[in-house]
Amino acid sequence: MENKGLNKVDLIFEKVDPKEVLIKAFNMSNDQIIQDMLDSGLKGRGGAGFPTGMKWRFTAAEKEPEKFIVCNADEGEPGTFKDREILDRVAYKVYAGMAIAGKAIGAKQGIVYLRGEYKFLLPKLMAELELFHKMISDIGYDFRIRYCLGSGAYICGEESALFESIEGYRGEPRNKPPYPTVEGVFHKPTSINNVETLVTATMIIKNGPASYSQLGTKDSRGSKVFSISGDTPTPGIYELELGMSVQEFVNEFGDGDTKAVQVGGASGFCVPRKKFADTIIGFEGVPTGGSMKLFNSSRSMYNVLHNYLDFFAEESCGQCTPCRVGCQQLLKGVEKVKKGEAKSIYLNELVKLADTMKIASKCGLGQSVGNAFKTIVENFREEIIY
Amino acid sequence: MINLKINDQIVTVPEGTTVLEAAKNLKIDIPTLCNHTDLCVAGNCRVCVVEQTGAKTLVAACSMPVSEGMDIHTNTLKVRNARKHIVELLLSEHRSDCTKCYKNQKCELQKLANEFAFGDNIFLDLVEDHQYSIDRSSPSFVKDDSKCIRCQRCVRTCSQLQYISAIAVSDKGANQKISSFSNKPMSHVVCTNCGQCVNRCPTGALVEKTYIDQVWDAIYNPDKHVVVQTAPAVRVALGEDLGYDPGERVTGKMVTALRQLGFNSVLDTDFTADLTIIEEGTELLVRLKNALVNGDKQVSLPMFTSCSPGWIKFIEHKYPEFLPNLSTCKSPQQMFGALAKTFYAKKRNLDPSKVVSVSIMPCTAKKFEAERPEMRSSGFKDVDYVLTTRELAIMIKQAGLDFRNLEVSKYDSVMGDSTGAAVIFGATGGVMEAALRTAYQIVTGRDVPFMNLNITPVRGMEGVKEATVKIEGCVDEWKFLEGAELKVAIAHGLTNANKIMRLVREGKAPYHFVEVMACPGGCIGGGGQPIPTSAQIRKNRMEAIYSEDEHMVLRKSHENPEVIAIYQEFLEKANSHKSHELLHTHYVKRESY
Repeated sequence: MENKGLNKVDLIFEKVDPKEVLIKAFNMSNDQIIQDMLDSGLKGRGGAGFPTGMKWRFTAAEKEPEKFIVCNADEGEPGTFKDREILDRVAYKVYAGMAIAGKAIGAKQGIVYLRGEYKFLLPKLMAELELFHKMISDIGYDFRIRYCLGSGAYICGEESALFESIEGYRGEPRNKPPYPTVEGVFHKPTSINNVETLVTATMIIKNGPASYSQLGTKDSRGSKVFSISGDTPTPGIYELELGMSVQEFVNEFGDGDTKAVQVGGASGFCVPRKKFADTIIGFEGVPTGGSMKLFNSSRSMYNVLHNYLDFFAEESCGQCTPCRVGCQQLLKGVEKVKKGEAKSIYLNELVKLADTMKIASKCGLGQSVGNAFKTIVENFREEIIY
Repeated sequence: MINLKINDQIVTVPEGTTVLEAAKNLKIDIPTLCNHTDLCVAGNCRVCVVEQTGAKTLVAACSMPVSEGMDIHTNTLKVRNARKHIVELLLSEHRSDCTKCYKNQKCELQKLANEFAFGDNIFLDLVEDHQYSIDRSSPSFVKDDSKCIRCQRCVRTCSQLQYISAIAVSDKGANQKISSFSNKPMSHVVCTNCGQCVNRCPTGALVEKTYIDQVWDAIYNPDKHVVVQTAPAVRVALGEDLGYDPGERVTGKMVTALRQLGFNSVLDTDFTADLTIIEEGTELLVRLKNALVNGDKQVSLPMFTSCSPGWIKFIEHKYPEFLPNLSTCKSPQQMFGALAKTFYAKKRNLDPSKVVSVSIMPCTAKKFEAERPEMRSSGFKDVDYVLTTRELAIMIKQAGLDFRNLEVSKYDSVMGDSTGAAVIFGATGGVMEAALRTAYQIVTGRDVPFMNLNITPVRGMEGVKEATVKIEGCVDEWKFLEGAELKVAIAHGLTNANKIMRLVREGKAPYHFVEVMACPGGCIGGGGQPIPTSAQIRKNRMEAIYSEDEHMVLRKSHENPEVIAIYQEFLEKANSHKSHELLHTHYVKRESY
């Protein structure tokens, strides 16, 4: 097991001259930009971890003349707040990443889908966007970005629901295929990338793929911005090299009494103390879009689970059966078990249900509800029952 | 072409085919619920999940396009367990009072439950946790949210086929539901009562409002004389609910059955369909004359047919500025109702207050139409109760009639005679064809210049049809039409109607006369017809309609002897004062939001 230990990195928030990076990118061939992304090993930073270079390559291969680059800034995963900070501090690097992606895939239009609750950032973001548009015009490149605001639905962070929302429809996930690279927003080929992914792309162009791929492990290249919260004396945003164990993470950020870490938010995995040492934070172990929530022994894992299930029962879009009804059943089920109104063995049925939701739900939301459910129920069964 | 394997059998299908369709080619049945052949793919119930080798999750067969080398298994343990869970989940949100449900034994969820989820419930009952409501505000249908499984067939029907979106999805998660604008009652939103949603609802969440008990009460009330009229499209579809294949004509047996149910007089809406042709055809010719000869710029053309109450309500809501273009003729149902309590009562020496007028319709909008305040020309409610084709089938079953072995019999008189022109009212293009057969003859004294009177250009299932009839050899009275080209258009399904109305609004519609039927295929695909419906079923019914026409001795409305007689005895002439009093009406502007 490759273990890089805990290393702080400063790539994402590092000040750079975007003009310099863009001129460099615009002098590269589209294939070269995409190849750099592939060589860097960068995987999507929103959580799903799809290789960014592949996504760009698929979109670039589409013949359709009108394409889009969409920045997913709907940051809705409970416990994630790194995209807000990135936009607040280095929005110009997001814009630069969009322009680079736009060039690589052949899109002249970018859309930033901004979480509704981040509306307060908008005046500042727009002012920076204006400067960016001016700069890119000065370079003589044709590319424009616009903003679209979400309205508070978690599901709109799911890429195809996000497209529906941009188009003015109810935010419900679409059937896949077709994938966004073929039919995305306005049913045009679209590359949709997370805020952090786009900033990382900017840095890969600036520094070259080799220096980036030196960071991290074989399955999880590079560094990652973490949103650290919960029972920690030092909550906040930290950029860390990928490939550390949960134990090393807890040693740095825990309060000395950490009993579990929820990695990846409500849709992520719960790692109990006994597994800290041999669980790597990364795609080979527990992947995360950035949310790291620490729980100490004062916390009831029943309450933690209940909170997540309550969240999902409300935030499921409701269109597909496994997710809409499954979330309600899991929630009501653990409540009944806790109250002693259902036998503890009923938890086994619920675990089976979580498995069905994972394989039969229409989108990533329903497919990941079982992650937290199973890891909490399996590791803290007695806390759920008693 | 794409090659793939399903359950280890190789199948070759065109690109773009779904796994579900490919499986059908191999006669492999994959259960579905949200899927409907008339509608776009939803992929939301997940009942059709199958296993694709190499995929991390199961895939929905209805929405998954085939790809080269794909390896699908439809019946693995993983698939079966997931399906069972999904059906159990649906049942946990669904009020399962099956034995009392209107859709008992016709419910698609019940069928799946029977296959996948019999025995004890795995999951907890969620019905009590939901604040389900039942909306009985519409005179046409009942919307019971406690039976709804959120498949969204109704939503897709209303937006895709009907361009209305009276119902749409609202809220999310556990609270997600099928709702109306601002959650208003269905009687207060832009709903045409067409019942297409009822036809496609897999459960009892959307059903017609039934008036069977009221009709039985009337039949068994010795003080009442109950007349029944049957719409053209009922006779080619009723059989489906009584064990026949789609497209079987059961006219004669239906008449016998109605008589045995105890109706005092079994009459035919076809009679007033013929009457409609005389009134509406004359109205069209008068409009054309006023426009062409008198140069009257106020004449509203094109003239639209007015037989379909769903279409009427559509235009009232969406295009009220074109209400003057509607023919003032009432629908055949309402003409019949007005005459039943006047002409018929007089003829049979009955006190009109003792006459109960019942109609059997392929339609749910007719239930609304009968309730309209405009429909009381006789001094009473012209049509007291409207039953759907489905409700008639239920009455026949309730009475224990051995329908298949009933003798055939003929309609009673008066108001029981009809022609082939009337029966084709039941199919899209039929009113147009019937009108042309008569109008052409009035104007030229000759038959329409089509082989065997079959005006094929106005027939068929195309959404919008257009035709031009050149008028030649006019009789003196209509000489001004000599050489004129009468341009007509036909639309069925309100999405198609909307296409025509857009052209009309933009001033780009060159037509003189437009037939619109609210439902796909016309009345044969009406919201009151047997369930299920599909393009093939509607095609079979349509063929039966045209075959019924071919088998009639008289095939032109103006040749109907009872129609000739009623003008002599009662109405005097087409568009007379008396006709206007009883057979014509005007409609009202309604809100559109």
